[in-house]
Amino acid sequence: MCDTCGCGQPGDEVIIRKPGEHNHAYVHDGVKHNHSHDHSHSGEEHTHAEHDHTHHHHPDHTHGAREIVVEENILQKNDLLAEHNRGFFEAKGMVTLNLVSSPGSGKTTLLEKTISALNNRFTFAVIEGDQQTMNDANRINATGAPVVQINTGNGCHLDASMINSAVMHLDVPDKSFLMIENVGNLVCPALFDLGEAFRVVIISVTEGDDKPVKYPTMFQTADLCLINKTDLLPYVDFDVEKAKEYAHRINPQISFISLSAQTGEGMDEWFTWLEEKMVTGTD
Amino acid sequence: MHELSIAMSIVEIAEDYALRGNAGKVLEMDIEVGDMSGVVIDALEFALQEAVRNTRCEQATWKIIQVHPVARCPACGWEGAIDSPFTPCPDCGEYGLEIIRGKELQLKSLVVDT
Repeated sequence: MCDTCGCGQPGDEVIIRKPGEHNHAYVHDGVKHNHSHDHSHSGEEHTHAEHDHTHHHHPDHTHGAREIVVEENILQKNDLLAEHNRGFFEAKGMVTLNLVSSPGSGKTTLLEKTISALNNRFTFAVIEGDQQTMNDANRINATGAPVVQINTGNGCHLDASMINSAVMHLDVPDKSFLMIENVGNLVCPALFDLGEAFRVVIISVTEGDDKPVKYPTMFQTADLCLINKTDLLPYVDFDVEKAKEYAHRINPQISFISLSAQTGEGMDEWFTWLEEKMVTGTD
Repeated sequence: MHELSIAMSIVEIAEDYALRGNAGKVLEMDIEVGDMSGVVIDALEFALQEAVRNTRCEQATWKIIQVHPVARCPACGWEGAIDSPFTPCPDCGEYGLEIIRGKELQLKSLVVDT
């Protein structure tokens, strides 16, 4: 099945391609899904008790029925594939980062500046995730780093199988950084392990300093929080210490780097963090 | 709307178990959803209605068992039910409660026809 949205309608297909390349549609495990958009509830019965939610198409079906115990985690397929990815990345000595944030936090600018500053010392490969357009991949392509764009169509997050397919399109050298720029969304990507070594959440000072408590799941699963656009601090009502305190409440282990990808302020600390991860591996 | 991916995974797992158990149709699915799992139950139910179409689960009913969060304080060892894990420990006031229940996202069991 399709792990993204499952829908086979035009515009919903996941597309993976490099800049200047023809389309490579994402393989959906050979299963087609038919979606009509009839959401009629006639003849159906909904019960919304406090603890149980039941949904009945046919209220009586006891004849010849038997129970099968399943007890399987619903995200297991994604998690297994993520572990498979992780093993592949580790075997190649790669350091893989999953960069997550709201739209417009400056992920792509951060990547452009990082690659340009460090590409004489390290090799980088990039997977870009967006619903539509090659814009971000084209920007990364200009830095010279190999890049693949995943367009998720109507999908709201990347998943492990998309990363698995995208990596096949990238010739990633051993000992590289693989930077995965997730779809700009602070909710859904939190649930989907991609096989990354580190999850980096980016917030910019033009957002509210209460982002960590508003979107706790994302901050709870992140290893590092980058606070971007610090050059704009004099003009906005953003309290860096308050944002850190909120994030610490949710995840006492999270670390922080404040920086401005635009002016370069604080970027050295980020570069040192990256360098340490390449030296120490994924420990 | 990641609930559609989740709903499709549920149907996929259910079909797989039904097939391996030589069953025809899935009649009922028991699904455990923790309050801290990141899944909105109403959205999941809406997505399930779509996800079951043209599958063995098309006529299935489902029961969603909601699991309320239980946490443990690593600082003092307090354990109990909580509304949110992002509040301080009610006993010692430290932040950083560990969720020990409430993150479940599991297909528990199926009822199938013979």
